[in-house]
Amino acid sequence: MTFFSHLKKAAIATAFVLGATAVHADEQYFPLQSYRVGPYAAGGTGFFGGFIDYLNLINIRDGGVNGVKLTWSEGETQYEVEKGVEVYERLKSNPGIAAWNPLSVGIAYAMIDRITDDKVPLITINHGRTDTTDGRVFPYVFPLLLNPYSETSGIVNYIASKEGGLDKLKGKKIVVLYHGSPYGKETIPIYELLSQKYGFELSQIEVPHPGNEQQAQWLTIRREHPDYVVLRGWGVMNPVALKTAQKTGFPADHIVGNVWSNSEEDVIPAGDAAKGYTAITTQASGEQYPVVQEIVKTVYGAGKGNLEEKSRIGSVYHNLGIVNGILNVEAVRIAQTKFGNRTLTGDEVRWGFEHLKLDPARVEALGAKDLFHSINVSWDNHEGDGYVTFQQWDGKKWNVVSDWIAPDWKLLRPIIEKSSEAYAKEKGIKIRTAEDAEAVVSN
Amino acid sequence: MSYYDFLFVIEVLVGGLLSGVMYSLVAIGFVLIYKTSGVLNFAQGSMVLFAALTFVSLVERGIPFALSLLITLAVMVALGFTIERTVLRPLVNRSPMTLFMATLGLSYIIEGAAQLVWGTQVHGLDLGIDDTPFEVGGILISSFDLLAAGIAAAMVAGLSAFFYWTRIGLAFRAVADDQFAALAVGLRLPRIWGTVWTAAGFVALVAGLLWGARLGVQFSLSLIVLKALPVLVLGGFDSILGAIVGGLIIGASEKLAEVYLGPFVGGGIEGWFAYALALVVLLVRPSGLFGQKTVERV
Repeated sequence: MTFFSHLKKAAIATAFVLGATAVHADEQYFPLQSYRVGPYAAGGTGFFGGFIDYLNLINIRDGGVNGVKLTWSEGETQYEVEKGVEVYERLKSNPGIAAWNPLSVGIAYAMIDRITDDKVPLITINHGRTDTTDGRVFPYVFPLLLNPYSETSGIVNYIASKEGGLDKLKGKKIVVLYHGSPYGKETIPIYELLSQKYGFELSQIEVPHPGNEQQAQWLTIRREHPDYVVLRGWGVMNPVALKTAQKTGFPADHIVGNVWSNSEEDVIPAGDAAKGYTAITTQASGEQYPVVQEIVKTVYGAGKGNLEEKSRIGSVYHNLGIVNGILNVEAVRIAQTKFGNRTLTGDEVRWGFEHLKLDPARVEALGAKDLFHSINVSWDNHEGDGYVTFQQWDGKKWNVVSDWIAPDWKLLRPIIEKSSEAYAKEKGIKIRTAEDAEAVVSN
Repeated sequence: MSYYDFLFVIEVLVGGLLSGVMYSLVAIGFVLIYKTSGVLNFAQGSMVLFAALTFVSLVERGIPFALSLLITLAVMVALGFTIERTVLRPLVNRSPMTLFMATLGLSYIIEGAAQLVWGTQVHGLDLGIDDTPFEVGGILISSFDLLAAGIAAAMVAGLSAFFYWTRIGLAFRAVADDQFAALAVGLRLPRIWGTVWTAAGFVALVAGLLWGARLGVQFSLSLIVLKALPVLVLGGFDSILGAIVGGLIIGASEKLAEVYLGPFVGGGIEGWFAYALALVVLLVRPSGLFGQKTVERV
């Protein structure tokens, strides 16, 4: 059964690839560096499934964006950087590229110089380099909704809310258990900064990749008796952390996961050890949101749903893909208001992203009320001040347990600018102005 | 050192030893194949993944636990025989490097086939073993790890008995000592190799179930070979006892190193510490602590 459905998927993907080579006028194309096999396939199939489901919804329901049909094709990367770059080289010659969405820190890093030369946006929703938030230095990179520093601030604010306020953090002890990779280490300085600012005791412990053995780290945690453990994991490291926490007697409801430790794939393998575990997210999970319901009815009803297992509709990665689809499509729609209802250039879509402002009312109109909060991207703020919420795993599903929480953007902005300006100096990049951002390449 | 610190050292040590037994479980699969055919089967990790994924997928489809276990065992036996017949037999008498590369390729094929057949989703595996820790003299011990250690010990005892007290075990040892001499006295090598691959499939199933219950059944399960390699280097590639002792040494030393040396060098050292230790042993005893020394007439 699974084998044949894979064959069907491969045939459909091939058809899309063939179709994509002949993009006509009034079509906007999304090249997808997806990963449907390999160690991270569970996340890849969910995210790209959600993204494609939303693009399909727009095509089926609305006939595209103001008549401009959305097209896409996939190239398999297995989450490997060299394959991601290879897929980029293969697909970049297709006309009408709107934006790249690799969902991989490594692939995104490798593409920054290339897409800057091409003048096409690179979307790194919820991940990527923190300093790419500064659009003055990184005009084409968009870490939409949440960069790692905002995530850190959001987690600390959440812990503070549980303790009764930021002033109550003083004297508390927090351990950050992080993946031994550049991704895992990215937030080390910001946790130190927040520890000094709010007076909590901090210990940061590394877990070597892939993280399938954590006995030593959790025994150390047990010895330190922290009030909370922040899990900044990835892949197999997450369920192993939860299981080893149970083995060493640390309560799951005092572990707070980061945005890459927040999916069903992170908790299901941990079984009962994950009950009570809480994690940050920018988009709630579940099928109850109108846009997800529409996808079920319109896309899956027409037999065009991308997920093989319908039980995964509304999962964390699937909903992230849907939200990513909303942000991409709305950026195109906004750009069309300035440049016309036609196939846009990458630089025109960049302009659209830099004016991507979706307030809660607009989010509700899009059928995504409570799925995500809002976004407010500008030419110099490419993250867009995304709000976060927290979900707790009850053994079967995630339940939202907090309001929408705002990270401390004002505190973080000077640190981000310091880093991006150092990058600009090192690379000899001229810092953009608002006027520069309005200059758009239209052909 | 306070009493509390002393207890903590013991706790880290015990935790490391129990983890080491889990490494040994994977290493034994390597040893079985290497001992009788001289092939370093890099596909052992993929076999572990395939076994666990097959088992959990059957259980999730409503097939009873025991029947799923039997079906998975049958699948692993069939896989072992197929590998022997289609990959290794045609490559007989080729260089060890050729055989190693063949198993490396095989590893990717099995991983790909596992995802093709059973899908890419991750699964939880509940063997019904309680994993809440219990305390002995102030030291927390994982009941799951303790049971896993018992299963590993039983498997080693069973394999040792099989090797020493059965006719086929005697044939295994003869082949391990000298393949040409074994052929000369009429032993049928293909049948023995087929049986060994079957045994390796069985070991993969046991390791897959225990590791799967520990990590969850997901693609990364095949990465546990990275934990077995230093065990093999340290204990010797052709010694079951070496796999056990090597596992215990690696498990205990990497945990102690992580806790007591890690803070001085930034932490996260257990990944490479095991390899550093294995390298030191390799320099002193190239065949490992329990490996057979190769004597060549020149």
